[in-house]
Amino acid sequence: MTSRYFGERVLRLEDTRLLTGRALFVDDVQLPGMLHVAFLRSDEAHARITSIDVTAARTRPGVIAVYTAADLGDYWRPGPLLVPPPPIQGLVFNTATQVPLAKDKVRHAGEPLAMVVAESRYVAEDALEDIQVDLEPLPAVTELEAALAEGAPLVHEQFGSNLAAQVRQTKGDYAAARATAHTIITRRFHYDRGASAAIENRAVAAQWDARAEELTIWDTTQAPIPIRNGLAPMLGLRESQVRVIAPFIGGGFGPKIMMYYPEEVLVPWAAMRLQRPVKWTEDRRENFYATTQERGQLHDAELAVAKDGTILGVRDRFLHDTGAYDPYGLTVPINSQCTLLGPYVVPNYESEFTAVFTTKPIVTPVRGAGRQHGVFVMERLLDFAARELGIDRVEIRRRNLIPRDAFPYDHEILFQDFRPLVYDSGDYQAALDKAVEVSGYARFVREEQPRLRREGKHIGLGVVSYIEGTGIGPYEGARVTIEPSGTVRLATGVGTQGQGHFTTFAQIVADVLGVTPDAVQVTTGDTREFSWGSGTFASRGAVVAGSACHAAALKVRDRILTVAAPLLGVPGDELEISGGQVRVRGATDRAIGLGELARKANPLRGAVTPGTEPGLEATAYFGPDRGNTANGVHAIFVEVDPETAAVTILRYVVVHDCGTVINPLVVEAQVQGGVAHGIGNSFYEQLSFDENGQLLNASFMDYLLPTALDVPTVEMAHLETPSPLNPLGTKGVGEAGAIPTAAAFAQAIEDALPDSGLEITEMPLSPCRLYELLVAARERRTDA
Amino acid sequence: MNGQHTIRVTVNGIRYERSAEPRLLLSDFLRQELGLTGTHVGCEHGVCGACTVLLDGSAVRSCLLFAVQADGHAVTTVEGLSSGDQLHPLQQAFHEAHALQCGFCTPGILLSLIPWLEEHPNPDETEIRAALSGNLCRCTGYANIVTAVQRFAAGAGSR
Repeated sequence: MTSRYFGERVLRLEDTRLLTGRALFVDDVQLPGMLHVAFLRSDEAHARITSIDVTAARTRPGVIAVYTAADLGDYWRPGPLLVPPPPIQGLVFNTATQVPLAKDKVRHAGEPLAMVVAESRYVAEDALEDIQVDLEPLPAVTELEAALAEGAPLVHEQFGSNLAAQVRQTKGDYAAARATAHTIITRRFHYDRGASAAIENRAVAAQWDARAEELTIWDTTQAPIPIRNGLAPMLGLRESQVRVIAPFIGGGFGPKIMMYYPEEVLVPWAAMRLQRPVKWTEDRRENFYATTQERGQLHDAELAVAKDGTILGVRDRFLHDTGAYDPYGLTVPINSQCTLLGPYVVPNYESEFTAVFTTKPIVTPVRGAGRQHGVFVMERLLDFAARELGIDRVEIRRRNLIPRDAFPYDHEILFQDFRPLVYDSGDYQAALDKAVEVSGYARFVREEQPRLRREGKHIGLGVVSYIEGTGIGPYEGARVTIEPSGTVRLATGVGTQGQGHFTTFAQIVADVLGVTPDAVQVTTGDTREFSWGSGTFASRGAVVAGSACHAAALKVRDRILTVAAPLLGVPGDELEISGGQVRVRGATDRAIGLGELARKANPLRGAVTPGTEPGLEATAYFGPDRGNTANGVHAIFVEVDPETAAVTILRYVVVHDCGTVINPLVVEAQVQGGVAHGIGNSFYEQLSFDENGQLLNASFMDYLLPTALDVPTVEMAHLETPSPLNPLGTKGVGEAGAIPTAAAFAQAIEDALPDSGLEITEMPLSPCRLYELLVAARERRTDA
Repeated sequence: MNGQHTIRVTVNGIRYERSAEPRLLLSDFLRQELGLTGTHVGCEHGVCGACTVLLDGSAVRSCLLFAVQADGHAVTTVEGLSSGDQLHPLQQAFHEAHALQCGFCTPGILLSLIPWLEEHPNPDETEIRAALSGNLCRCTGYANIVTAVQRFAAGAGSR
């Protein structure tokens, strides 16, 4: 492959459509006769449904239909379990998946009770006011430990407790390691929920074409193909009768990979039943309740270390808040369990988690998907160990990094993809060294920080390492076609939410086929164009779908050579493909354009050799043996006002290694965006539920997303340790930026206030919460 | 609440006359009545800025205005910035600086910045960030948007 575009900062091909307002988002779908939906949602977090009376709503002018659970008949059924638990010995898992409309009982505020279909959204919302609902409130289940206590109110009575799952994974003999330790660091860590907060809320539109007997669904999903595969049998249709289109999606960040949301199941059903197009678009308030969330965990962890800081073992017991239902299985807590090990040699590990049902919105992956928690716990434990042992915090990390010659490195536990947690490649020392160099760590600690402190400035530095398991299976596919126009069409199944797939996939194919990226027309997320695949999640688009694009392009390249060889009168290996032509090597006048070749490969008359396939087209698939492991180091400089607890980020440095980079422009932007998300999760964003399970900050007025004033421009350095698990050598990067931010933040704040006695063991912080922690630390010191 | 009002409005230089309920939001009017779906709706309470359009040249949140309030006024939406694929210089700067990812918030950001840049042709980074702080973007982390604005401002002299 003569590389010309792979690795280059190619400007994005999708931008013009987005910049001019022509790009289609789901809510832009408007069809003649379209009806609009509003949902009546529960005001209570936990309640028995005594009655729902929709009589008045049904008679309101403009209302076409009102449905409750009772009206759904056989269509009412809990959603499928999306991710079954991995085969871990002794694992306990209680399945309770979401239902289309609540029947008998509601289990979180915002759970839908009734669906109104009307001529306009305005009328549909008017009709919600007409519905009489009697709910008998039950005690909410909001605290994880209380949820497991004897006599706690039950979210799902059939299980006899609120235990959703219990999983224990071990490696080595932690108890024995503990007995030999010089120091044991024991802490409790709390991570709370945030919102994914894509600026585009969810939406679903559906149109039943009775003549063609085809259903078209536009859906803000990260997984259009599985949505089609699941909805078709639910609706009594063949898969081929259902087309799911995930057009431009206004940010995914995880919750759009959750599948068979109530609205997603009900809107197509209503469109078929009413024989009219139907659309529902979530509003922002609904998004805070009805779109899945993440990050509630409570860890009791301990680190056993030798005197020199060598990690002897880790024990972690944690509770994971899965919300009212657990359709996404154990992906999030298993990510936490695995990612805790980080880039370190941990010879003995004992990790047990209990997933807990609560009366809060459903938990499924959000950018990072549980990895944050593991990184936070491990990095914090190392910080406390370093302090107690009097070892420099970078040095304690360096002493424990997996050596560069130890790959593939087996952690001896199972990862979320059901495969052993084996890291494929990496150079963790190099990443740490680079971060130390770029951040100026040594000079800062030795010279600048003491000087700043003398000047009364409270400036701290945090340096943390992380790994991210990315690019997991099972597989993705792609079809490459050279059209008679000379345009290369590339279709792949994954949906796109802003990652630049239209460009990066085009770069991969362009190099193989000797064309420019803008000659490659990419289609993603339309089941009619490509109907095999699983979706965009786990930072896997470039790795898995990208590799499939590469494989399909190679097959087409072979086709080009096979078809062109007899036409140009030389063997295929004497041909080269470039500039949109295939030509005899060294003879520029003996060439044929790819478009013309495509026409010749599709004759209208005459005979061909039996077995010949027409056209220049190929489909290929790629499934990795297991996920690969990206890594990096974040360094953050903050200034803290010890009186007000206001924090200013002065610098943010990221060294990251996502294997071979397809497009540095895109990779850097993914990291920058991830860091912004991480900053939000660390310092601004917290979903505040009260003891009744009511969300107190369900608006952008009260739930603070970081703005341009809060997010610095990240200084970045790339390292490239190619992955041996795919032909491109790439690893995922989509989630990386968001993963270690909280750990870096915590270390930096403590470093800024070294005499405060402050110890940060919870996330997210806020200026108010940090102030409280500072006051508490001050009081502790005064008492002492 | 009931009853229809006639709205005469010029959008992107084209005059429209439509009737609408007084409660119809300007954002819904533009998207649903006029089919100008480039104006995006992200929060419907005036915080995210995705729905920003120009009303007589000033940036406004179209989710906080009723369509009837635009009666007799001129509105510019993102569709009015470019002619065909000939991008407005700020759009071009966004493209060159990779200042958009999913692109959902982008139309509102463009329309917030355009009148502001007319009044602040040579902004420094702090001023740009302050100007941007009324628009939420979840994808980019803002850095490349700042760069795009700097690129636009630097090029403005040569235009």
